[in-house]
Amino acid sequence: MSGPSFINDDVQAGLVARGNPGDNAEPLSITEISARLKRVVEDRFGFVRLRGELSGVKLAASGHLYCRLKDENAQIDAVMWRGSVQRLAFRPEDGIEVVASGKLTTYAGRSSYQIVIESMEIAGEGALLALLEKTKARLEAEGLFRPERKRPLPFLPRTIGVVTSPTGAVIRDILHRLADRFPSHVLVWPVLVQGQGSAEQIATAIRGFSALAPGGPVPRPDLVIVARGGGSIEDLWSFNEEIVVRAIAECSIPVISAVGHETDTTLADFAADRRAPTPTAAAEMAVPVRAELAATLDEFALRKRRAILRPVSLGRERLEARVARLPRPEVLAAQAAQRLDDLGERLRRGLADRARQADGHLQLASVRLTPALLTRPMAQRQDKLDALDRLRLQLDPRAPLRRGYVLVSDSSGHVVKTAADARRHALLTLEFEDGKLEVSTGDTPPPAAKRPSKSGKSSPGEQAELF
Amino acid sequence: MAETSDTIAGMTFEDALRALEDVVRKLEGGEVPLDESITLYERGEALRKHCQARLDAAQARIEKIVAGPDGQPSGTVPLDPDRGA
Repeated sequence: MSGPSFINDDVQAGLVARGNPGDNAEPLSITEISARLKRVVEDRFGFVRLRGELSGVKLAASGHLYCRLKDENAQIDAVMWRGSVQRLAFRPEDGIEVVASGKLTTYAGRSSYQIVIESMEIAGEGALLALLEKTKARLEAEGLFRPERKRPLPFLPRTIGVVTSPTGAVIRDILHRLADRFPSHVLVWPVLVQGQGSAEQIATAIRGFSALAPGGPVPRPDLVIVARGGGSIEDLWSFNEEIVVRAIAECSIPVISAVGHETDTTLADFAADRRAPTPTAAAEMAVPVRAELAATLDEFALRKRRAILRPVSLGRERLEARVARLPRPEVLAAQAAQRLDDLGERLRRGLADRARQADGHLQLASVRLTPALLTRPMAQRQDKLDALDRLRLQLDPRAPLRRGYVLVSDSSGHVVKTAADARRHALLTLEFEDGKLEVSTGDTPPPAAKRPSKSGKSSPGEQAELF
Repeated sequence: MAETSDTIAGMTFEDALRALEDVVRKLEGGEVPLDESITLYERGEALRKHCQARLDAAQARIEKIVAGPDGQPSGTVPLDPDRGA
């Protein structure tokens, strides 16, 4: 416990290391010990198989894989060179239990030891299932299995692409069932369905179908079936590989997966648009039954014919019913003819009546149209005229002149009716029945008779007053 | 009419079958005027012929993809699954 007990030990630790004579325990350099250690380790552990869980998996850009293998209590560094990594049948992931084969070696630069893995396998089916679950969870999280990604299958595909082995029961089952239901154009893309490189081939085939352009030398399928017969989980493993699952999810053509038996489920099934329990079932999903379709068509044709005939016959019946109710044409014509006759008769009669009536008027008028109509009023007027003339003659102011009366007028033609008036005029005109005479009154000598015309104009009215 | 047959020629079997069913229903419903029902009937006939042609054309043709040197499909050859040709 205390210092002195150390000091008393046989091996005394000095301040400076000294070589003791006869002591062969010379100090080794670190490189020497590391080299010795390396030799021992590599000789002793030249080939080991380790079972452990992968952890800290890191794939370097160089292609080398670095990781650790661990169990509950210990861990060991591990490296896998590129060449070995390429031969791996699975993608290493943290948490996967593996069996790794290789040799142990040391890494002197870091005072560590590690295993150089030559080959690595998943440690049994349980571990494989664990890996499957991990991959599934990752792809599911990406949404590759979402139901809304699922596309409906074409009702009647013109061309069906099948990715499977060209030999064996699977393709035969598919082709037989297709032939039974609906003979179709099938394009088989032959692939290995298990073993080294199979996943790549399957993925390439799916992508190949997906990339086919319409109208190219190879017809583009409307539907792709990815199929494989039953087998162990290991046999079916290619269909759990991420490249296959992604190829199916990204396929531009609807995909039916038919891998293994009904109880086997692979990630390919989750990614496909439809999952068929067996290859035969895939063929049934792919095409309808031709005979049933033909029967449906015939039934439609029959119903169509019946349906179209019904309104026609119905229409005919209705037409006939109406025709029966139509009056006969001769009846219609007779009625019209009768009316025509009637009207014709009335027309004729009407015209005659009218003519007769006019004739009556004419007769009446003609009777009254006599010369007397003109002569009588003329005679009456003549009589009136004669009477007036007689009166006129009686009233002629110069008529008394014939009986010796004289009409006296002054030089301006005015009638002179009194002696007093006459005295005021030097000259007077006396008008006799047969002419006029100029006279002078009193002592005025009578001038030469010169203006007889003037006094001749005396009015008969003035003369009448002379009486 | 020509335009209708062009449209029908481009139809998928399923669409044509559905269209035919529609035509039959309409005709059976009896609510279509007679003149129109004749046009409809003709259309139904064209649809039926189109569907029938698709059915008649169905024949098995089994081929295998042949890949070119670039790994792309370059053509097809007949496949005999029993011999794995």
